[in-house]
Amino acid sequence: MQSILAMAEQQAQGAGAAHIHEIRVRIGQLSGVVADSLRYAFEVLRPGTAAADARLLIEEIPATCWCDSCRQEFTWPELGWDCPRCGSPSRELRRGRELELASLEVS
Amino acid sequence: MCQECGCGRPGPTRIDGKPAAEIPSPLLEGGGIPGGVTDPGPRHTHEHTHEHTHPQDHTHEGIADGQRHSHPHGHEHTHSHDHPHEHPHEHLHAHADGHDHGHTHERRTVDVHQAVLAANDRQAERNRGYFCALNLLVLNVVSAPGSGKTTLLQKTIERLAPRVRVGVIVGDLETDADAQRLRTTGAPVVQITTGTLCHLDAEMIARALPGVNAKDLDLLALENVGNLVCPAAFDLGEHLRVILSSVTEGEDKPLKYPPLFQSAHAIVVTKIDLAAAVDFQRDTLRRNLRRVNPSAEIIEVSSRTGEGLDAWCEFLLRQRGAAGHPVRAPGSPR
Repeated sequence: MQSILAMAEQQAQGAGAAHIHEIRVRIGQLSGVVADSLRYAFEVLRPGTAAADARLLIEEIPATCWCDSCRQEFTWPELGWDCPRCGSPSRELRRGRELELASLEVS
Repeated sequence: MCQECGCGRPGPTRIDGKPAAEIPSPLLEGGGIPGGVTDPGPRHTHEHTHEHTHPQDHTHEGIADGQRHSHPHGHEHTHSHDHPHEHPHEHLHAHADGHDHGHTHERRTVDVHQAVLAANDRQAERNRGYFCALNLLVLNVVSAPGSGKTTLLQKTIERLAPRVRVGVIVGDLETDADAQRLRTTGAPVVQITTGTLCHLDAEMIARALPGVNAKDLDLLALENVGNLVCPAAFDLGEHLRVILSSVTEGEDKPLKYPPLFQSAHAIVVTKIDLAAAVDFQRDTLRRNLRRVNPSAEIIEVSSRTGEGLDAWCEFLLRQRGAAGHPVRAPGSPR
């Protein structure tokens, strides 16, 4: 979260803005990041920063795999690599490891 | 601070007792490349495979009702922009005299789309390039505390010596107990104490590298801080990520910590000599591992009895060969 805040402040400064009103991040199901922990860290860290009054919006991305047999993507229904249509295991994870600062609202 | 669990603040990390920030490394960006660029600037390598929308109709609690804007405007004034109150998107308060504030601090959206760990990922690639140039096979060894990382490495070093020269960079919150244990093997060992941080990162490795004389090694093990969550997100520049899971931890660890197990190249099931005592269900663990990781090598070992250590060492030698790292014949000059 500290990296996210530092990036946000740097971007806001670069855009000539003094205040950050909203921070939007995207985290994948397999990023290793827990949304609640992120929210907690944000509460702890935001005082004294340009984002002191900002809202944190977290978009969670489900793990999405490619099934080579069905030529289709599937998302993890619960947990696992097996295609829900044909049962064959996927070897390609297409989404779900994201951890990125998507955008900011500033003024 | 760790992005995942919110633990610790950066700063107190030490390498063999010295503050990490004071140890230079030619591997750091802008650090020690003669005539090199000191500031590489932003390099974005992220992919955009998603659709996103920016909500335009979001509300701002406590502001939209305009209650905080009850200040009367009956005089000429200029707004100072460091005032403590917030302006909502649209000013909902009516100005009786119809004057214009001339606000220049309109809210706007800044698109960033930058990976939070971009800096770590770049440093990890720098480390990996250096390792490849040295023909050095590098392992990132991760497990819960007490799964047997240090003991496995001790036994591995003893088995591979002198044919394969192994060095270790070991991370812990405090103490150099692990480094002392590993040094009894005669291998070069650097201890990173992270203070409160729950994982190693690529920069710590770059700073610790000079201490193990990487040029004189064939294999480098990075023993991560005992933790099954945060190390998953931090690439150290390793070739192989090795996850340990001891039989005493049960069979459901892969399902509880899928990001880490999903990222593993090899999974070592340790303390296999205790399997009967704890009623370890081998098939259940394998099934659970395969659900999150269909391809990792699974190796069962007991560092205490030596069971499985040959298979583990052979796996490492195979990996060295596969990665274009020929293993030197015994006694051959380097």
